[in-house]
Amino acid sequence: MSIDGGGAATGRPSTGGDLTTLDVATLTEVLHKGEAGAVDVTRSYLDRITAEDPRLAAYLYVDSETAIATATAVDEARARGEELGPLAGVPIALKDVVVTAGIPTTSGSRILEGWHPPYDATLAARLKAAGTVLLGKTNMDEFAMGSSTESSAYGPSRNPWDHDRIPGGSSGGSSAAVAGFLAPWAIGTDTGGSIRQPAAVTGLVGHKPTYGSVSRYGLIAFSSSLDQAGPMARTVLDAALLHEAIGGHDPCDSTSIDAPLPPLAECARRGADGDLSGVRVGVVRELGGEGHRDGYEDGVLARFAEAVALLESLGAEVREVSCPAFDLALPAYYLIAPSEASSNLARFDGVRYGIRIGDDGAHDLDEVMALTRERGFGAEVKRRIILGTYALSSGYYEAYYGQAQKVRTLIGRDFAAAFGGADGTGLDVLVSPTTPTVAFPLGARVDDPIAMYAADLCTLPASLAGVPAISVPCGLADGLPVGLQIMAPALADDRCYRVAAAVEAAQDAARGHRLLEPLAARAVGPEHTP
Amino acid sequence: MSTPAPTDRLSRQEVAHLARLARLAVTDEELDLFAGQLDVILRAVARVREVTGEDVPPTTHAVPMTNVMRPDVVRPSLPRDVVLSQAPAAEGDRFRVPRILGEEA
Repeated sequence: MSIDGGGAATGRPSTGGDLTTLDVATLTEVLHKGEAGAVDVTRSYLDRITAEDPRLAAYLYVDSETAIATATAVDEARARGEELGPLAGVPIALKDVVVTAGIPTTSGSRILEGWHPPYDATLAARLKAAGTVLLGKTNMDEFAMGSSTESSAYGPSRNPWDHDRIPGGSSGGSSAAVAGFLAPWAIGTDTGGSIRQPAAVTGLVGHKPTYGSVSRYGLIAFSSSLDQAGPMARTVLDAALLHEAIGGHDPCDSTSIDAPLPPLAECARRGADGDLSGVRVGVVRELGGEGHRDGYEDGVLARFAEAVALLESLGAEVREVSCPAFDLALPAYYLIAPSEASSNLARFDGVRYGIRIGDDGAHDLDEVMALTRERGFGAEVKRRIILGTYALSSGYYEAYYGQAQKVRTLIGRDFAAAFGGADGTGLDVLVSPTTPTVAFPLGARVDDPIAMYAADLCTLPASLAGVPAISVPCGLADGLPVGLQIMAPALADDRCYRVAAAVEAAQDAARGHRLLEPLAARAVGPEHTP
Repeated sequence: MSTPAPTDRLSRQEVAHLARLARLAVTDEELDLFAGQLDVILRAVARVREVTGEDVPPTTHAVPMTNVMRPDVVRPSLPRDVVLSQAPAAEGDRFRVPRILGEEA
């Protein structure tokens, strides 16, 4: 039985009425009609977390008491007949890079162990005001530096499709939680692919918004010119709804764009109709095309080719496009991001928050800082701080950081050329695989930073150019999910949602059920065996 | 005044120096590990120098913005006690910092 993606009343789960299997669009209707209460929904998720999270390790912190209290307040308000927003009573998980007032926030690092932030990030405040129920904070690579969650100081999360494989990263706790049905949706952050890659390898929809589309106020900074928060969800429509809930201008973030969001959910709904007539799609040669297939798995390329054929069958005009500077995205990113990180992470000095090591009167300030940072940071963070310090040092700045910024300009020009001007001949969206491979086994790349960085090959260009990009599932290879990436011009996030929704609807219809449905069934109840 | 041209190599000694600059008290084992890894990474990222044209300005930020202002309105700060409660050490109304001056100072 298929689940209706439009959120209609027919969209009930096929797995025995378990509330955790509902998509959010459906869940909001169930709550609104009073068919289930926020407490029922929240309890269903908490039960599932209790049963499954010891295996998946998706969460760093779960606060059942507060979650139930929040849900109770929503149910009581509804019972009193109060006017509630559409998301009231919907549970959510936040990546632990998002600061939350009074709730432990570590960014996956020892250096912030035990820290209770004194304020809420703007997106956390908006979700709170919308009446959502915070289930907990999800695991992540330390300071969002990684593609597997293996650099988390608190151990890796696991992929619900195969517990011996990575859930992606850095937002891998969020992907494991949502794909494992331990949250209906979650917030991730994406600096070089950290929403899209974990979404791709777990069969989720993940969108990196246009840079400046979602406030960065209260996100623990990694690389400020690249960091962007966004939605991770089980359907394109849910991702659009979450993006709308967190997006829009924020005076607390000077890089926040002062313009209304395009109608994202509306475009997702329209896209699900499946008509892409007149949509011009460019297939980027440098991301898995002829002569650029090193490191790409055959299964990924096969699913990608099928997705492109599907786009054509839905009416899209497809042509190949060359973006030569994309070849240099990885080197540019791995100079720019570490450089900005080395500067941003200077704030962790053991003085104002977090741990302090060696303050015994025998060590001076510099020594205490060095001991604190040595103990508080993991290997990947140290590597990047050292590399960034080198790239920014006098005499080498131009040769590395300056050159990387020039690459960034060229990548922006490639996008601009592909999308074209106002003459109407430009492409509407660009597509590529989201990742060169399916989820790799835990441990396979931890000792080889360059191999780990290659997981971001396809996602980096959109990050460097600040343009929006979504990953939507496009089938399985060797039983593991493959993602299709759809990139659009800045501020045209709606195109990502529209095209992604068309792909999702067509594939769900052909398959007869949603990609994640086997996982929903597999994960039900504490008695399951892997 | 001239700096030697980048060799795209990082020695163990240079890594130790960089770690000191970044206030990281790295161990000998870490130095051995990082020096090798960073040397490989540096050679890989040095490809950015393939870009030569003079007409390529640097991009610092994907969305061009200058002088973003908000209204000059006084707003309350975070409560001092809440902030200090999260510090590793506080004394009175202040953060307590480790010893800054050496013995002989």
